[in-house]
Amino acid sequence: MELLSGGEMIARALEDEGVEYLFGYPGGAVLHIYDALFKTSKVPHVLVRHEQAATHAADGYARATGKPGVVLVTSGPGATNAITGIATAYMDSIPMVVLSGQVASHLIGEDAFQETDMVGISRPIVKHSFMIRRAEDIPATIKKAFHIATSGRPGPVVIDIPKDCTRPDEKFEYHYPDAVKLRSYSPAQRGHTGQIRKAAKLLLGAKRPIIYSGGGVIMGESSELLTALARKLNYPVTNTLMGLGAYPATDRQFLGMLGMHGFYEANMAMHHSDVILAVGARFDDRVTNTVGKFCPGAKIIHIDIDPTSISKTVAADIPIVGPVQSVLQDLMEIIDNLQEKEPQLPDATALGRWWQQIEEWRGKHGLWTGRRYGESDRIMPQQVIESLYRTTKGDAYVTSDVGQHQMFAAQYYKFDKPRRWINSGGLGTMGFGLPAAMGVKLAFPDMEVACVTGEGSIQMNIQELSTCTQYNTPIKIINLRNNYLGMVKQWQDMQYEGRYAMSTYEDSLPDFVKLVEAYGHVGMLVTKLEDLDRCMDEAFAMKDKLVFLDIFIDPMEHVYPMHVAPNGAMKDMWLSKNERT
Amino acid sequence: MRRIISILLENEPGALSRVIGLFSQRGYNIETLNVAPTEDETLSRLTLTTTGDDKTMEQITKQLNKLVDVVKLVDLTEGAHIERDMMLIKVRASGQMRDEIKRTTDIFRGQIVDVGPNTYTIQLTGTGEKLDSFVAAMAEADILEVVRSGVAGIARGEKVLRL
Repeated sequence: MELLSGGEMIARALEDEGVEYLFGYPGGAVLHIYDALFKTSKVPHVLVRHEQAATHAADGYARATGKPGVVLVTSGPGATNAITGIATAYMDSIPMVVLSGQVASHLIGEDAFQETDMVGISRPIVKHSFMIRRAEDIPATIKKAFHIATSGRPGPVVIDIPKDCTRPDEKFEYHYPDAVKLRSYSPAQRGHTGQIRKAAKLLLGAKRPIIYSGGGVIMGESSELLTALARKLNYPVTNTLMGLGAYPATDRQFLGMLGMHGFYEANMAMHHSDVILAVGARFDDRVTNTVGKFCPGAKIIHIDIDPTSISKTVAADIPIVGPVQSVLQDLMEIIDNLQEKEPQLPDATALGRWWQQIEEWRGKHGLWTGRRYGESDRIMPQQVIESLYRTTKGDAYVTSDVGQHQMFAAQYYKFDKPRRWINSGGLGTMGFGLPAAMGVKLAFPDMEVACVTGEGSIQMNIQELSTCTQYNTPIKIINLRNNYLGMVKQWQDMQYEGRYAMSTYEDSLPDFVKLVEAYGHVGMLVTKLEDLDRCMDEAFAMKDKLVFLDIFIDPMEHVYPMHVAPNGAMKDMWLSKNERT
Repeated sequence: MRRIISILLENEPGALSRVIGLFSQRGYNIETLNVAPTEDETLSRLTLTTTGDDKTMEQITKQLNKLVDVVKLVDLTEGAHIERDMMLIKVRASGQMRDEIKRTTDIFRGQIVDVGPNTYTIQLTGTGEKLDSFVAAMAEADILEVVRSGVAGIARGEKVLRL
């Protein structure tokens, strides 16, 4: 058996795990590991400019590929800088393994240089964490970490590694385990058949059904199954922000996103439904509006791999714990059997009436109310997303930051495929978009990758423009520039009588074109609507260049629809500045 | 409603903090907490009492089960069970109070485990309620110190919590 040092075992284990990219930043506590990587590893390392970006890049990579993102940071500030990215991955159930350096074992607890209790600090935002105590435990621990991060409901796992466990002069027998068994961890493999049977009956008996699907369908690789089920039954589908792309957005049965900034018809259909099939979604407060008023006439079937997601906020009538894929397969089979016996199900007349009602809602408002096209000669933010959609033929990977631009992108880019829409849904992390796009582009160098952002968010991790230069990731950055923190301003308009408390930059914004040029990229300024499509085309025609489109948009535009809150129901929405349901 | 939750926990560093952290992170209460190793050195047994409505309790047990270090868990209050809390209480014992304290201790089937010229230390075991009653009965005395182990519990009959 081969003898390897702790550092070498880490390098080798990552190879054996099939890791394609390692995102990281060296420092004192991880120098033995970096030296081992330098000497032996075949895993390419991406040197970011800030550890937060390492976690977001690994996260973007994971969302786009379905494989775990891997991060290596040093102790102390390296570890704490990674925290925001770990929390982001945790909230959105993204598989990630974070290796953090730690001061040598004998120094732990002594407030040593660059010491921080990483296991303690990260505890509430990880699926699990490990502290290495003995170097010989490294391979098995790495195996366990990958297993936990990627199975069940995925999530980030931290491995904290004291420096002495990686020293080059102490060698150990290296063996990377093929499988791992943890007595206290066994995610459900199948849903309960009795429950699935009940769900099938309820679903087939529905008169006003709706399928509400979330990120779990994408994480569970079940988009095709979900689409097949919906088409078979001719039931309407709505997706959460995290679930966009799970059902093709250009399909007639798709009602658009639901929730706070959801489509009118999606929220109306949810509110008036009699049966909701919730799949891999978690009834987040940005979806439900006031829980007590949520969909009063609906029976709820809730499929989720994580039992804690079920009946956490909204009580499920038929809870089903299990992987979305196997549960949907079983559900399809049972529905087939039931329909053989009772071919008249579901009730076509009732369903016809339901669709008629939905089409009425769709025709009445759709997403279009409140658009101020033609009212000013400014570029409207929605037009930018439509232009992006047209240029990329709806087939790009789109990452976003957080704010108005994120909602416009979610509303106006019609995602037909899963894993194309990459955004921080749960934590709402500004600064996510650029590093995430970097991770996506490294995974899919031949695909178009666009980062939709705003001048607030982009400045939170703008240093990564330098990483993009070093690793040649020619992404396209679409900056919706309105000179405000747009979503903050929208709330201040709506709830604070237009007092823009600290949500403007005055004259302090950089010349983004010059800035990106300084990093070796291309910048384009777009101020007129007539130039928008042409500039968008030109930007994407520069295949091997990172292009930053600084697009001046109408600063007064709001995102609509918007749930009326507090105390509103799903159906209570602002449709424009002066029109509400 | 008050519940007694008993947990078999991996005897790993940091495992306890995950359980405690979960309660503070999600806004649940812990009223008492008792934790010690078991006959299996890889496991600790943790008993905690908490209060909450059925929905909260369902979330607490599900969230606890989700922790990788939690091997097994039971809500003892769902069935017949025995609960014990142990108290050591030090009281000023001089003059005629000395006899009075001794009598009350006997009534509660407590033991005086340390005797000083002016103090008694009494050991008492029972349900939390019984210990509360004893403290109330000692109202006349000058209580110097009270220490309680927190509730430990076990199911009655054949039911066991083990791997």
